[in-house]
Parts: sequence; C-alpha cells; structure tokens
Amino acid sequence: MTSRESILAAVKTNQPGRVKLPDIDVFETKVKGSLEKFAGVLTNVGGRVAYVSDYAEIVRIILAQYGNEARIVSPVKELRELSHENLEDLTSIHDLSNVEVAVLNAHFGVAENGAVWITENEMRHRVLPFVTQHLAVVINAAAIVPTMHQAYEWISKTTYGFGTFIAGPSKTADIEQSLVIGAHGPRSMTVFVMNTNS
Amino acid sequence: MTEQTTKDHAELAQEFNRDEDRVNWHDETLWWIREKRDKSAHQIPEWEALREAASQIKNNVLSNLHDYLVQFERNAAANGIVVHWAADAEEHNRIVYQLVSEAKVNRMVKSKSMLTEECGLNEYLAKQGIEVIDSDLGERIVQLAEEPPSHIVLPCIHKKKEEIGEIFHQHLGIEAGISDPQFLTETARQHLREVFLTRKAALTGVNFAVAETGEFVVCTNEGNADMGAHLADVHIASMGIEKLIPERKHLGVFLRLLTRSATGQPITTYSSHFKKPREGKKIHIIIVDNGRTVQLGRKDFRNSLKCIRCAACMNTCPVYRRSGGHSYHTAIAGPIGSILAPNLDMKKYADLPFASTLCGSCSNVCPVKIDIHEQLYKWRQVLVKAGYAPTAKKAGMQVMTWTLSSPGLYHMAGKVGRLVIKYAPFAVNNKLNPWYTQRDMPEPPEWSFSEWYKQNRQP
Repeated sequence: MTSRESILAAVKTNQPGRVKLPDIDVFETKVKGSLEKFAGVLTNVGGRVAYVSDYAEIVRIILAQYGNEARIVSPVKELRELSHENLEDLTSIHDLSNVEVAVLNAHFGVAENGAVWITENEMRHRVLPFVTQHLAVVINAAAIVPTMHQAYEWISKTTYGFGTFIAGPSKTADIEQSLVIGAHGPRSMTVFVMNTNS
Repeated sequence: MTEQTTKDHAELAQEFNRDEDRVNWHDETLWWIREKRDKSAHQIPEWEALREAASQIKNNVLSNLHDYLVQFERNAAANGIVVHWAADAEEHNRIVYQLVSEAKVNRMVKSKSMLTEECGLNEYLAKQGIEVIDSDLGERIVQLAEEPPSHIVLPCIHKKKEEIGEIFHQHLGIEAGISDPQFLTETARQHLREVFLTRKAALTGVNFAVAETGEFVVCTNEGNADMGAHLADVHIASMGIEKLIPERKHLGVFLRLLTRSATGQPITTYSSHFKKPREGKKIHIIIVDNGRTVQLGRKDFRNSLKCIRCAACMNTCPVYRRSGGHSYHTAIAGPIGSILAPNLDMKKYADLPFASTLCGSCSNVCPVKIDIHEQLYKWRQVLVKAGYAPTAKKAGMQVMTWTLSSPGLYHMAGKVGRLVIKYAPFAVNNKLNPWYTQRDMPEPPEWSFSEWYKQNRQP
C-alpha cells in the first residue's frame, strides 16, 4: 500500500460522521465598499493613498518622488511614459532585483482591511510586487468591496495562476515587537485611487 | 530545530523564570498582543458569527476529509502542481531531499512552516549536506542562535534586541553593541535578499488548501514566502492533511479571522494564492499525515485538527506568558501544542496537559472554537489512566484523595497548614517547597470557614 492509500484509508476510517457546511451567505451585504474606510485602514497599516483623476497625474507624482534616474517599471500601457522597459524582454526574472518602483493595476480594494487584489496578469512576473523597493498600485475609485466575502465573489468570476492580496508595505515586528517597515519586500506601498468621473 | 530534552515543562519554566524582568516583559508583551486581538475583533460586529462559521466549516472538513483530499489532489494536479503524500516526518523529509536533489542544488530557502519544525527537516537535510536558510526574520534569528522557535507566529519573542544584535554581530558581521530594531531588520533584509536571489529551491508552508480549486494560500507580513517561491525554479509546499478547506469562498471567513486573532492586524500584508506553477517551473505539494489520522480517530481530541495556527491561545495563556515557549519542548507550544503533542508521544509529552490552569481563556479566543481547555482536562485523565502521570503528582493526588475523603483529617490538615504558615513560615518558604519558587506564599486566614460557622451561625 502506498502512503497515499494508507493515509486516505486511515482518514476514511477515522473521520467522524458527516457534518453539514454552514451557510456563509449570511455575511453578504448590499452595502457598497467605503473608499474612506479602505483609505483609513490602508494608512493604518503603513500604506499611502493618493487620489488622482488620470494616468498623467500618476506619472507626475511618481517622477516627482523618485526622479528620472530611478529604475521604474510598469506593465500598465497608459504609463509607458514612466518606463520604456518591456517586461516581456527580460532574460531572467533576477534582473528585476534592482527595480526601484513598480506600478501595477489592481482589480479592487477591500475596505475592511486595506488590501488590494492583484493577479499574475497585472504583474507580468510574480516576483515583481515583492522584489521592488517601492510598490504603487492603481485601482478604480468604484472598485472597493466591503469585506473579504465580496472579494471572493469578485474573484470567483476571474481566473489566475497566481493572485495575492497586498495590504501595505512589507513589515515585521519580530524584534521585540517593534514595527519595522521594509522587511523583505517593498519599503512603501502607494495606492492610486483613480476617479474616472471627475 | 527541535530541542532534545529530558526536562519537563515545570523544570524548563523554572529556567525561564530565573530572569524575572524578562518574564515580566514576555508576559506583558504577549498580553498586549492579546489586547490588540480584542480591539480588532470588537470592530467586527459579526465576529462571533464568523467564529461559529469557521468552526462549522472545519467540522465539515474533518467529517469529509477523505473526499476533500482526493478532490484537492485532482484539482491541484489539473493545475500542474505535483502532489506527494507522506505518512510520517521521515517520509516527508525524504521527499524534500529527493526533490532538492532532482533540482541538482544543495541549498534551499525556507519560509515559515511549523510542519517542517515538527518533522525536524532542517537537521535531516543538514545531515544530507543540504543547507537550509530560514527567511522569516524571527526564524532566521533563532536559526542563527541554534534554538527552536518559541512561538508559532513570533518565533523569537523570547529574545531581547541586545541579544539579537550580538547574534548578528557574530554571524552577519555587524559591529558589536547594536540593538536598534530598524538597523537589525535592514541587516537581515540585505543578507536574506542575497539568499533569495541565489536559491533555486524554496520551501513554504501552507495556511489553507482549497479542495474546490486545487490552490493553496500562504500568508506572511514580510513577503519572504513570495520572495523565495517566485525566484526559485522549484517551490515545495508542505502541508498537514488538516489544512484543507472545501471552497474558495470559505477563505473569506478564515482570512478575516486569522490575522485579527494572531496579531490584531486586519489581514497579513500578503495573502498569496498559488494555483499554477510559473511557466516552465515546478510546484510540489507534500501532504503529510504524521499522526494526524490517529488524532482524527480520537473522538475527544480530533477538534485540535481544526487549528489554523493563529497563536491567540498562546498570547492569552497565563502559563505560556510566564513560562515561555521553550518550556513546552515541542514544535508547537502553548495550549494548542499541549493537546497536539501527546497524540504524537504520550510518554514524552505527558507533562504538557498539566501545564495549564484550565482557566479557559484559550477556548474563548480560539477563532475556530476548539475546546482547548476541555481537551487539556481530558488528556490528563487519559495520561493518568495510561500510567504516564509524574510520580510526585500521583503521590500528591493519593494524599489528597485520602485527606478529602475524611472530614477529621481535612479539618486537621487545614489547621496545621494555617499554623505552620503563621508561626513557622520557614517550614514552607524554602527550597523544598516547589510552589514557593518564584511565588510568595499567601497570608494564612485566621480561621477556617467551618470554625467561623460554628461560632457565628450554629444555634
């Protein structure tokens, strides 16, 4: 008998009588996600929020902050002005190790925890939002869900090979519980909230 | 790095208690985290409903685990993930070694996985000539100090920053005498970045594995699991069979509970969903039993398998906070560890269910409603019946039975006790009385209740 067979057989013998799944639709809500809450929570966990009306404004803000010398990459086609690098042309993902700023689109934000959902499609390379020194993300002002329940409802309509919720810059409090921003991943995270109606 | 020790919880706690200031710091810091958990939970009006839902989902998982495992395996394989099964720690370690060897590398980077601690993976691989570097900051610190983690979420909570500075001075070449957490973290960042960029094999743990979709989720604040996995050619993910959840939408319930219970954060910085390998790269999942199917068969203890490893029970436990994680001499310390460990080895861990006041605080904060303190109580009975209770405890219990069954003896014992503490305190305030170590004896009352009753109430 293989380990697979013996484990499955033991599970079958020892598992208790069938218990029903609970109804978790009770956590559904008609309330829309609050942008104000999203911004408040994200700021609390060390993230920054900037309200913009178009991509040109993002370009201006990024360049003002990081200058022309910094290695900025972005797969967002409206941000070509920021970066002439084609991320498809990398010979190795390890070439991303000295990226200073990465700007990515995200699907939506979650009001209750300040997280944004990004998948491999928007990253081009999975390691990009982690290896970059600074991360910037663009979301639509209307794309805010109240809680994780609605987040997974949104996600259920999409496909991905890899996807992640990111809530703020990377951090640690492993040394005497002192919070330090910039553990292994980005030292900062900015979410550009784009209001397309204005 | 599981410490081999023959000392029991009380003896190890005594060692931890030598430094009173440190114990107080440890106690207060963990309580502060418990308070952050409360604050965070109280902001969610449906918190109790979420706990109940999580508990029921996990009950369903345990009752249907066979089918969920098969479903997960099928869907993960369809996604291009290679699934392996390991009956015990030894087989798990052997599979990891085989995968690393096939990748033709002798160095691997690892993010936090309590399962690999349970399996003693690092020591095993070291013997095979494979170097493993732990990438979670706290885990890297204890790894350099050649100690096991003392807490499942905060691995080096027992260390002071000055000690960490000294460890980094010895191993990472910084100047002596540095203790600034910002500086020390930056040092580790530079050191580990080089590691991430040069390792071709990475191992991570698994927080949740979804039967419906064949994907698995890994949560970190530091981003170390992602840095390791996305830069490596081979990603190995180790999980216990109990990590399964039925559907992806159930992640909504668990991710809302996990970090709020653990540290009071609304969510970890990163909650990464691995569904398919990167183009041309490999993801392997090792599904590990190592005693879990036995626990599943123990009616009174199977609920311990619902655990999502948030450590809320440790942070709240009055015994854990004052005895330190190492006193539990097992990979998972604290109340939950004390009901998991005896399943693996009753003799070795017979002391752990007794390392509790049964106050029930652990059960009250548990996000999946495990009846932890009740299981601790039940383990005591199982262990005593099986003959694993410590001799002193057995003798003491016999004296108690004898005293409590005779009213005359009971009254006399009470009187003698009060007189001794009052007139001859040296008879109990000495090293022969283990209770006196790190504790003050109470003031003796003037009289017993029955003496008072005789004088005041009896006609």
